[in-house]
Amino acid sequence: MHLPESEPRSSIYYRYDVHPFRRPPEMSGQASDAAAVVVGAGPIGLVSAINLARFGVRCIVLEQELQVSHGSRALALTRRSMEILQQAGVAAPFLAKGLQWNTGRTFFRGKEVYEMLLPHDPDDRFQPMLNLQQQYIEQYLVEAAQAHPLIDVRWGQKLVGLDQDAEHVTLRVDTPEGEYDLVTDWLVAADGGRSAVRQMMGLRMEGRAYAGGFVIMDIRADLDLPTERLCFFDPDWNPGANVLVHREPEGIWRLDYRVPEGETAEQALEPERAAARIDRILEMVGQKVPWELDWATVYSASTLTLANYVHGRVAFVGDAAHLLPIFGVRGANTGLQDCENLAWKLALVTQGRAPRSLLESYSTERVRAAREICEEAGKSTRFMTPPTQGYRIMRDAVLSFTLSEDFPKDLLHWRTSRPHAYSDSALNSFAAQDGQFAGGIRPGETISNMRLGSDDFLFDHLATGFQLLFFAGALPPRGAAAEMLKVAADMQPRVNRVVIADTPSDWTGLADFVVIDAGGRIARKYAAHDGAGYLVRPDLHVCARWQRFTEAELRHALGVACGTAMEGAI
Amino acid sequence: MIPKVMTNAQLEAAYDVISEGIDAAGAEKQTLFLAKLAFALANLVGDSGQVAEAVEASLRDL
Repeated sequence: MHLPESEPRSSIYYRYDVHPFRRPPEMSGQASDAAAVVVGAGPIGLVSAINLARFGVRCIVLEQELQVSHGSRALALTRRSMEILQQAGVAAPFLAKGLQWNTGRTFFRGKEVYEMLLPHDPDDRFQPMLNLQQQYIEQYLVEAAQAHPLIDVRWGQKLVGLDQDAEHVTLRVDTPEGEYDLVTDWLVAADGGRSAVRQMMGLRMEGRAYAGGFVIMDIRADLDLPTERLCFFDPDWNPGANVLVHREPEGIWRLDYRVPEGETAEQALEPERAAARIDRILEMVGQKVPWELDWATVYSASTLTLANYVHGRVAFVGDAAHLLPIFGVRGANTGLQDCENLAWKLALVTQGRAPRSLLESYSTERVRAAREICEEAGKSTRFMTPPTQGYRIMRDAVLSFTLSEDFPKDLLHWRTSRPHAYSDSALNSFAAQDGQFAGGIRPGETISNMRLGSDDFLFDHLATGFQLLFFAGALPPRGAAAEMLKVAADMQPRVNRVVIADTPSDWTGLADFVVIDAGGRIARKYAAHDGAGYLVRPDLHVCARWQRFTEAELRHALGVACGTAMEGAI
Repeated sequence: MIPKVMTNAQLEAAYDVISEGIDAAGAEKQTLFLAKLAFALANLVGDSGQVAEAVEASLRDL
């Protein structure tokens, strides 16, 4: 019998809702009609479910607890994550509550030695970063998921066994009223770093774990500081280590610091010891104000990934698939890109509109992304937590230089999470024609947002599914272009036709959305001539582009992207 | 100010290879290793003025 904690978690500022366990219909002998079950109601599980539902897939989310998780945890969402949440239709409460920022400052021996400005293009709707505690992230996603008619969020239900054959996955689920079997077509494992699914399937991750822990904690304090990332190296109370300070909504501050050498996690979390350090950190930021502790834990960095994210009918996303360091905000932000990649593919497969082999591209594309992140984040981690004496000496040498020299300062950059380019993806086509473009967005990259008005951006207008960005330029809504757009309306899966034209014309029946690009600014950003087209996947990565193209070529590229046609076999 | 000659990627690679060199030398011999490395690099730079400049910059903020 699974008996989850039914008392709300303690917090000085956040009120935890305890969601009731509801006896599922399968316990009364009914069969489930959900094509997919998502295990884990963390940010990645919930966005997976919301995205599957957006593509029309009925799904069940199993969560062993009765409430959202404890502490600020993921905290910083990147611009790309906000774009993913916007496409999922849930960004509004994140923007209303979250704190956006773009600057990081690094201090050493009391002096600011490095300012990191994260790039922000006027064509971007979202700032590079948004701070929001994970409780709120999960709460907003829970609200969206529970409001969706295709999603059934099941609280207090724990996966205790799983079995799969060629047709189905059978889950053994434990609840406060006993166990039951849940049969589904696909399982999405979003059950976090200690994934039960991963353990039940006996899968091991590759890579390395770094020694040395970090205390991460939330305090309430009335600090007069802007929303930035502050990093302090080598404080006198913790030589060789470092401290990070982030502002959170609700007057809460996130403090991260390395556990001093020779100390255990338990010792580091002893209230008196932690309190003394909080005082020292507030002294360091120059504002020794009263504070109150909300939550604290110890974290250690890893760069680990499964070698394959799809095993039969089970797909892994987020921390269940990989464990990445927090430096560079890699965890949730990488997971959101996973579920954005998986959802449309799994939807097409469950609906019988794409072969199962399409899911291999999910694994290939995202494992490659995780490996790239492990490589990059490993560098940041070796700087933040030097694994050996050699790395420690070099880190100290670089810090010492930064007080008088500029040349090594970029080594202090923390290589922020960014969207991976699926450049070598099997879903891309017409690579031979790519030389026709002098710039623009290359196949595999995410398309660029464009400002259309003061509070109006291209991404605000993208409907669910594939997009065809058609650069009409000065072409009239007649002739070959009109014929092609008319035919595109009936292609499967659905292709939304976004026509970008120099002047207003009547594109009724030919376009789902028309953008007037009077100065040709959008066309220049996409390096597109009149008549050019970009075919964009539902996760907003380009899969083909042409300066001139035919209906047959568009159809073929769509087929390649869905795994139903072979590249080059047109 | 020492001019930045290498790209960030090259600096990172140098950072890693020197870190690993220090570890390979071991705790007792790391000073000897670093002196040999600096001397070899001075010879490769081939410019006494630049070597003096690097020594001066490295002595600051120890």
